[in-house]
Amino acid sequence: MTRGQINRLKDKAFAYFGVFCTLIGLVILAFFIGNIFYDGITRIDWDFLTNLPSRKAEKAGILTAWAGSIWIVIFTFLIVVPLGVAAGIYLEEYGEKSKLSELLEVNISNLAGVPSVIYGLLGLEIFGRLFGMGNSILAGSATLALLVLPIVIVATREALKAVPPSIRAASYGLGATKWQTVWHQVLPASFGGILTGVILAISRAVGETAPLIVIGALAYVPFTPSSPMDEFTVLPIQIFNWISRPQHEFSINAAAAIIVLLLITFVMNGIAVYFRNKWQKKINW
Amino acid sequence: MENKLEAKNVNVFYGEFQALNNINMKFKENAVTALIGPSGCGKSTFLRLFNRMNDYVDSFRMEGEILVDGNGIYTKDVLVDELRKGIGMVFQKPNPFPKSIFENVAYGLKIQGIKNKAVLKNKVRKALQQAALWDEVKNDLDKSALELSGGQQQRVCIARALAVEPSIILMDEPTSALDPIATAKVEELIHELKKDYTIIIVTHNMQQASRISDYTAFFYMGDLIEHNKTDIIFTNPEHERTQNYITGRFG
Ligand SMILES: Nc1ncnc2c1ncn2[C@@H]1O[C@H](COP(=O)(O)OP(=O)(O)OP(=O)(O)O)[C@@H](O)[C@H]1O
Ligand SMILES: [Mg+2]
Repeated sequence: MTRGQINRLKDKAFAYFGVFCTLIGLVILAFFIGNIFYDGITRIDWDFLTNLPSRKAEKAGILTAWAGSIWIVIFTFLIVVPLGVAAGIYLEEYGEKSKLSELLEVNISNLAGVPSVIYGLLGLEIFGRLFGMGNSILAGSATLALLVLPIVIVATREALKAVPPSIRAASYGLGATKWQTVWHQVLPASFGGILTGVILAISRAVGETAPLIVIGALAYVPFTPSSPMDEFTVLPIQIFNWISRPQHEFSINAAAAIIVLLLITFVMNGIAVYFRNKWQKKINW
Repeated sequence: MENKLEAKNVNVFYGEFQALNNINMKFKENAVTALIGPSGCGKSTFLRLFNRMNDYVDSFRMEGEILVDGNGIYTKDVLVDELRKGIGMVFQKPNPFPKSIFENVAYGLKIQGIKNKAVLKNKVRKALQQAALWDEVKNDLDKSALELSGGQQQRVCIARALAVEPSIILMDEPTSALDPIATAKVEELIHELKKDYTIIIVTHNMQQASRISDYTAFFYMGDLIEHNKTDIIFTNPEHERTQNYITGRFG
């Protein structure tokens, strides 16, 4: 064989290997989703979505769980976006490079790796007890916001970094202050990237169970929340609760609830991708 | 004529590297001064001293004084954003904002607090006319500036700088991305602007320097070799280096 043939063979071999690796992930995912759908799809009907939880599997519904999840998502969003984006802007645009800022930077990335139960304990102590929020939606949202804050900060910084320095120079050159430059030029230009990070963060938050259990979210909440100070449950906790029961009917309920949770995540991601593409079409360096 | 700008004993360092060596230079008001010299000799660095754009380079350090209208601009009490409102800049590479043509040109006015639509419209049109772009874009001012050609983008950037009516304009090779026709238009514009503006222009184009400038300064490896009336630099320079450079024997 000539050298060229060998190289082409290597090329092909790697291509097949790549396909194989991709397929492993896809097949496992497809199997999982197929399994869930097979078990749960027939269980989903109007009653299932609108019924309160019950000790009888066939009467139990997920109204309080998905309502709780939506409350949690909204408040987590409201807390994490201003905090995370502002912190990202500060670190990227204002903060001076120093040993301290480097340390801070490493630690923010490390925070993303801290187990979520730890955040639950932190939330229980600070928001639940110290701030007296108890096991309310606000306490849960604040805890989850803390948990996903590093994701938003890091994504914001990456998005800001991607804005060419020449844009800042142009703005400064016209006499704009730092804030004017950030607000009028840098932020709009990095909006797509920031949004992607926020969605990633919220998708993570919506699936979290452990920290909410730690702060005292209940599996059995017989009413839908009407204020952020109310007690709550969320879909993952409901799922966890059902899965851990011995009766087969409950695991079917769990499968059905998983489908709903997947749909919520899917729709949220879809909306985000839509906005990002729409935004990025306008901005093309 | 007054001295609008002045550099006094200026040394510039990027970290350990010295980019400018003890520069002393005065710029006359309402005149065009061309900065010429081989690549890397410090022209852009020198130009950016006058609106403090080097401040954003971490390793940048300066000694000496830069005076605008007789006042030092590297003293503590200077408000850099106010300073820059009076000193427009056109960069080496076109850098329009990812916004509409109109928004690009209006930006400098808007950040100064001008909100009146009619005033904005008028000033934007005037600036685009001065930059010789109006006829090409008057029907799609809402189009993204990024959809324009490189040369058109550069003229948007020129219009953007003119819109705020500064008294000084710094241009870093403003025509290096333009075709001969657009270049001629910009040169004509510079000629027009001279009446009201003090202009410093960096250029690698010797014909351009001789056509449009009143004064020319030749830089070489961080030194100001020669600064004189343009016709003298081009016909009877004092230094051999200058002579060699303008006749293309090196650089
Ligand atoms: N940000 C920077 N950091 C470190 N060194 C720099 C920086 N900017 C410029 N220099 C150095 O300073 C010297 C002068 O650079 P400058 O950009 O002023 O040259 P110039 O005359 O404008 O060149 P050109 O004609 O290629 O634009 C060069 O040796 C360059 O390497
Ligand atoms: Mg240069």
